[in-house]
Amino acid sequence: MLVITCIKQVPDTTQVKTDPVTGTLIREGVPFIVNPFDTPALEESLRLKDKYGFRVAVISMGPPNTEVSLKKALALGADEAVLLSDRAFGGADTLATSKVLAEAIGRLSQKEEVAVVICGRQSIDGDTAQVGPGIATRLGYSQLTLVDQIQNLDLSAKKVRVRRKLEGRHEIVEAPLPALITVVREINQPRYPTVPMRLMAEDAEVILWDNKVMDLAKESIGLKGSATQVRKIFSPERAKGEILGDGLNAPEDAAKLLIDNLVEKDILSLEQT
Amino acid sequence: MEEREQKKKIKKPRGVARLIPGKCIACGALCQESCPKDAIEMNDQGEPIIIVENCIGCAKCVKVCPTEALEMYLTPEEQRLLDELAKQAGAKAVAEVEEVVEEEAGVAARLKEYKGVWVFVEQTDGKPATVSWELLGVGADLSKTLGVDLCTVVIGDKMEDLCQESFAYGASKAYLMDDPLFHHYRTEPYYRAICQLVDKYKPEIMLLGATGLGRDLAGAVATELKTGLTADCTGLTIDDKRYLLQTRPAFGGNIMATILTERTRPQMATVRPHVMPMPEKDTSRKGEIISESLAIKEEDIAVKVLEVIDDRKHGAEAVDVAAADVIVSGGRGMHAKENFSMLERLADELGGVVGSSRGAVEAGWMPVERQVGQTGKTVRPKIYIACGISGAIQHLVGMQDSDVIIAINRDKQAPIFEVATYGIVGDVLQVVPAITNRIKELRAQKSVSTM
Repeated sequence: MLVITCIKQVPDTTQVKTDPVTGTLIREGVPFIVNPFDTPALEESLRLKDKYGFRVAVISMGPPNTEVSLKKALALGADEAVLLSDRAFGGADTLATSKVLAEAIGRLSQKEEVAVVICGRQSIDGDTAQVGPGIATRLGYSQLTLVDQIQNLDLSAKKVRVRRKLEGRHEIVEAPLPALITVVREINQPRYPTVPMRLMAEDAEVILWDNKVMDLAKESIGLKGSATQVRKIFSPERAKGEILGDGLNAPEDAAKLLIDNLVEKDILSLEQT
Repeated sequence: MEEREQKKKIKKPRGVARLIPGKCIACGALCQESCPKDAIEMNDQGEPIIIVENCIGCAKCVKVCPTEALEMYLTPEEQRLLDELAKQAGAKAVAEVEEVVEEEAGVAARLKEYKGVWVFVEQTDGKPATVSWELLGVGADLSKTLGVDLCTVVIGDKMEDLCQESFAYGASKAYLMDDPLFHHYRTEPYYRAICQLVDKYKPEIMLLGATGLGRDLAGAVATELKTGLTADCTGLTIDDKRYLLQTRPAFGGNIMATILTERTRPQMATVRPHVMPMPEKDTSRKGEIISESLAIKEEDIAVKVLEVIDDRKHGAEAVDVAAADVIVSGGRGMHAKENFSMLERLADELGGVVGSSRGAVEAGWMPVERQVGQTGKTVRPKIYIACGISGAIQHLVGMQDSDVIIAINRDKQAPIFEVATYGIVGDVLQVVPAITNRIKELRAQKSVSTM
């Protein structure tokens, strides 16, 4: 039985700065990391490995240097890592991305039965949460998003029971295997790699599948397979604020300036709430 | 877009592409992908290197570049040739250097079959998600510009009232799928229902709320229909070619991107709650309900919702930050968990709730449910008070549309002051209690004077 986790290597968007003059992104020195939503997904796969003895495969689509992130996954205990990398995969939107990932999962499932695919709920650079559902729909797997607990995996009945975390409510859902699960970060506390595992992963092999291997029609992948096009990218515009006082006011004076201003402009009502 | 433009009678110099320094954002090699002649290679920074010998001057890379980082220029040799041609043919002919890309007639005709703006009405146990009505507000603007109907898609169990409510918020038609099997949301029957409606009635635009349910559904529908879907849009407008221009934060909110779906329909987009303003409700408005049914039986659906747990009834986090009119948020500048009690007091005085930055959540001072920002909730309250929050871009994208923003921070250079309506530079731990006291003081004076 195989568990597959999809990961994405992303720039650490919390460390990206914009040039205040030109408004362009300063990318130099921004580190690449494993998407923080994906590490709990990998952890959940590894826990299934610990519990049921499943094998864990990790796949990622990206440029050749994505190998670094896949090796990190191997160091944590994944058994197999596949890098999906080809110029033809580049410029993909979520539709074209889910195509390549779903095809790769399909290939893996020919060799070994897949129980579940576990993904992070979204990436921190794209923030769409669309690739998970895309993979599930393409493969016809049960789609279980925003899972914060895998409660039971019944291999004889081929069913999984999970808890989903939604706005103001949780749902307990049972679905047939194979299933695609996306997890929220609260689901677990991911482990750290041990030193021996990290050293071992240094030399471990990351399997490369380019489009010679995948053999996908050009119209279905990359820029050509994308249904959306980026028309324009620009810096967000924001109105400058007004600083009240000179910054040296006593707290009481600053508070008075603010509140009296709000009351005068009818922003704040003095009626008791 | 096939290479037809090469069949030209006179070979006019078209120039060569080049990179304008500092403008490339390493978007993911869109230019390289668009190049029909392998004239672009990417360097380690993800920026293009133009191989001049291979460039045929088709300008496809220039058109595809989202940041206008590529331009065409004429080599001296080409300039000389062009000048010569100009002398022969007159200036007018030379002005036509810009190529007109031939629209594939077939695609255009197919797209024309799709008409109307649809909004998916999300509901749980018959209770609508307010984001659906917010979408009808922006949907009305879009349908007016396009001159088409604004319709809702209502799926559930005993949903006729909800159709009527959607008319009150501006829809003129509701496509209804009413069946007990739709009682609980499940991906498969819902997405099949929508795909069936789309195949039959062909809308050009479909909007859904960017909620847990909405994202789950939208991703499945767009994949099944093989059409474009843009998440978390903050701006939706129509351009002169009737395309839906979808603007959203990208790169964790560091930049904005305008995205469109050129070749497929419907153009699908999700919008977070509280991003679009609520439209007026007018119960006198009526509309037409079009009922359809899905040829699927309960036995055919293997996924079962065993239990729905209402968080409020289980002592869990009961406060919905996104629904509050006043939010007093604290960040790392609050220094300690205990100091959040002063925010509680101010929020109580204003009838609001306490929110949090990501930093304060990660420090363990506030639960994740209270987090405002890109990875938390998007809020749009009447008053947002940011206390000790420096204003990382991820926070700003979640609260910048608040009516009035008040920022209190020690650092005058903090980015939060760039979005604030009013800012106070000072020690938040002293300023916040002073604000609470001033409100109490004024209220006390008022109650005395009105006695």
